[in-house]
Amino acid sequence: MAAVEVDRARVEASIRNLKLSGHVGFDSLPDQLVNKSVQNGFVFNILCIGETGLGKSTLMDSLFNTSFESTPSPHNLPTVKLKAHTYELQESNVRLKLTICDTVGYGDQINKEDSFKAVVDYIDAQFEAYLQEELKIKRSLSAYHDSRTHVCLYFICPTGHGLKSIDLVCMKKLDTKVNIIPIIAKADTISKTELQKFKSKINSELASNGVHVYQFPTDDESVAEVNTSMNAHVPFAVVGSTDFVRVGNKMMRSRQYPWGTVQVENESHCDFVKLREMLIRTNMEDMREKTHNRHYELYRKKRLEQMGFTDVDSDNKPVSFQQTFEAKRSNHLQELQQKEDEMRQMFVVKVKEKEAELKEAEKDLHNKFDKLKKEHGEEKRRLEDSRKKLEDEIIEFNRRKQQFQQQHMSSSHHTLTLGKSKKK
Amino acid sequence: MAQLEQLQSKRELFFKNELPSAGGVVGATPQSPAVGTTAASTALPASAVGGGVSGATSAPAAPTPSAIKEALAAKRAASERAAAAAAAHAAAAAAAANAAENNAEDNKERYSKVERDKVPERRTKELDGYVGFANLPNQVYRKAVKRGFDFTLMVVGESGLGKSTLINSMFLADIYSNEYPGPSQRIKKTLQVETSKVLLKENGVNLTLTVVDTPGFGYAVDNSNCWQPIIDFVETKYEEFLNAESRVNRKTVLDNRVHCCLYFIGPSGHGLKPLDIEFMQRLHDKVNIIPVIAKSDTLTPDECAHFKKQILNEISQHKIKIYEFPDTEDEEESKVNKVLKDRVPFAVVGSNTVIEVDGKKVRGRKYPWGIAEVENLEHCDFIALRNMLIRTHLQDLKDVTNNVHYENYRCRKLAGLGTDGKPTRISNKNPLAQMEEEKRDHETKMKKMETEMEQVFEMKVREKKQKLKDSETDLQRRHEQMRRALEQQIKDLEDKRNEFEKEKQMWEQSNGVTLEDLRRRSLEANSKETVDGKEKNKKKKGLF
Repeated sequence: MAAVEVDRARVEASIRNLKLSGHVGFDSLPDQLVNKSVQNGFVFNILCIGETGLGKSTLMDSLFNTSFESTPSPHNLPTVKLKAHTYELQESNVRLKLTICDTVGYGDQINKEDSFKAVVDYIDAQFEAYLQEELKIKRSLSAYHDSRTHVCLYFICPTGHGLKSIDLVCMKKLDTKVNIIPIIAKADTISKTELQKFKSKINSELASNGVHVYQFPTDDESVAEVNTSMNAHVPFAVVGSTDFVRVGNKMMRSRQYPWGTVQVENESHCDFVKLREMLIRTNMEDMREKTHNRHYELYRKKRLEQMGFTDVDSDNKPVSFQQTFEAKRSNHLQELQQKEDEMRQMFVVKVKEKEAELKEAEKDLHNKFDKLKKEHGEEKRRLEDSRKKLEDEIIEFNRRKQQFQQQHMSSSHHTLTLGKSKKK
Repeated sequence: MAQLEQLQSKRELFFKNELPSAGGVVGATPQSPAVGTTAASTALPASAVGGGVSGATSAPAAPTPSAIKEALAAKRAASERAAAAAAAHAAAAAAAANAAENNAEDNKERYSKVERDKVPERRTKELDGYVGFANLPNQVYRKAVKRGFDFTLMVVGESGLGKSTLINSMFLADIYSNEYPGPSQRIKKTLQVETSKVLLKENGVNLTLTVVDTPGFGYAVDNSNCWQPIIDFVETKYEEFLNAESRVNRKTVLDNRVHCCLYFIGPSGHGLKPLDIEFMQRLHDKVNIIPVIAKSDTLTPDECAHFKKQILNEISQHKIKIYEFPDTEDEEESKVNKVLKDRVPFAVVGSNTVIEVDGKKVRGRKYPWGIAEVENLEHCDFIALRNMLIRTHLQDLKDVTNNVHYENYRCRKLAGLGTDGKPTRISNKNPLAQMEEEKRDHETKMKKMETEMEQVFEMKVREKKQKLKDSETDLQRRHEQMRRALEQQIKDLEDKRNEFEKEKQMWEQSNGVTLEDLRRRSLEANSKETVDGKEKNKKKKGLF
């Protein structure tokens, strides 16, 4: 590549501020940007953590003014499971792909140590999926359905006495991974004074344990005021309802008790409207941004470091991703090759061993048979000897027999003569 | 601050105008009484009088200030009317009740609106009431304005074609001036690529514009490879971005990539020059190219039309992909766009001087025979170029650069080092996952190999063992055979001996003498015979 001569002086010169002598028209840029994003549609993912029966699904229905299909979950699940559903909503011309993830069985087990593990794993899995997509060679990030959790609504039991230990532990584990908004659920069981005490107790417990919940941003002038005032109301005490009651001449979401009706959208009854304002109307985009710029970056950094990538090598010289990747790759291939060679080697040794064994066996066999053969040979000789002996004996016997016969005949003559002489 | 609010209001109206709402009350940003509403309602220009209830459905192509005022007025009027109506109904005239009634009206409107909108896609869930995420675009808008925008524009063309003048005219600022001369003033011995950065502000929107120019393009006698430094520059920017994006610690990544390249064609009237074709062919897949006919006030309208046709022919002939302005979904907008799009390649005239024409001050070039106005669509396509480039498609240029050209570059760069030097098919996994997969594949391969080798090994061992066994049995058999034969012989011998013994005994019994005696006697006789052996013999003979 030919060296590019860039006029360094010019580039490094301070950026000039110029005045326009007319209307150019790039003030439509934000509009162009917004048009594009409206065309593409928006994505938002909510994770609801809370014990069974705290009203998570009802609150979701109330917040989004529709009824998501949800079946009430049982209390006897052995582990915490996460169920996510995606819905497409549209309001005026804005399309929103909303994913609501529910924790099923949270806090039901006797031993709750692993309760938040499933949640952490789920959040990490979404980050991982995005990271994988980002690292692909051929990627389509603009068309990718972002499934990372943008906000986590943590439902606190309305005991009135503060947070449970599992709440603290869980939130502490999650505060660097996701934007947490703590919510006091079923707030219609708490009176106003108790609520104040409860909220301050919760806030002090969160602060003393170093849990960082999501702060509504105060750097943008148009929403700074509203956000700061809302920050003081966290955690929001909410009531949700899927029942409508006629109030005046319209239907409002409410819960009807013998002693009165709790109206969900009445600000003096609960903080539902505040939550809806903050969550949806004012800070949705900010939460999405924080998830992408802060939580995801943190996860990505940890993960890449885990995989062995650094920005700076041992000499403190900047190392590019490609370099590290190349090095890793050659290492990796080397490793694989080595494994293969090792295995082959092992086999060669095994074969040699077995061969030696078999040879031994063969030799043994031959030895055995040689011995037998020798024995056999011995026996045969012995047999030969006996046979010879017998034959010799037979021959001798026959000879003697003959001899005897001869003798006998002559001696018998002799005897005859004697006898005869005597008689005379 | 007021500017921002105005922007805000303009923003919200932009969306409100899209609703087929009756009576002008809209559901996009309903008034929620308790919460401090956005600046829109409070910043309503007090001058908005309950004028005619028009305007609500005006063409939203570019919300002109007048339309906004009208719509605002309509809204104000409508809300006032609603309040009045509420006051007329309400038994309890408390303000809260009023506000609630207002809400009721709003609710009714919204409900009916939702009824009307019941042509939603099957997948889309219907909302029974106000949720509020229709405010999302506003949130995005705010954040974008706060962040500010940046854009990098490259101008390429031979010296003297009016590039600096055009840039100054387009942005209505002295980007090139006496202190910062344009490219034609700065030609050096070799082709340079140089940048200048300016910050422009308009109505609260900050734009950091980087202009890249190439002094010396086509200036030398031999211009082969004069495009190479430009290609290098573009790719260097991509590489910088890629490296910044791939770091472990990422801060906000600065986008210095070239978003658009204006290529200036000399107004010869006859077609493209070989240099033009070469350049565009080499850069069309790396950057968005917008061809521009420079100094078009030397062409009459007919010549211009002919020239344009010629250029377009040659472009398609050489399969050059210039930047295509995309169509929008909005019908009216796309109609307007189409008219402008048909003027590609834009024939432009630029001017740094302002002249008075009919009492108006316009930018133009004064000739003895008349004044060529820059911003007159009948005189040249400058307005078309400016509007398309800046007012409608600036963001799209950036998006195309990011999603298409940059991704192509990235693909090429990463795939090049993924495989072993061969530009094979690009596997669509990220390199790390690919490594993992390779590892897994390798493991299965090794397992397979292992089992195979084991099998072969076992088979061979079995064979050998079998052979050994066979030879063992064989030897055994033969040994058995021989043994049996031997035993048979032994038995035979035994029998023979027994027979012999029996015979011997019988004979001994019948003759009353044992072999032993005979042996003794013979021994004795033999010993006698040794004395007079012959006699014995003779004696024996004498007897008979």
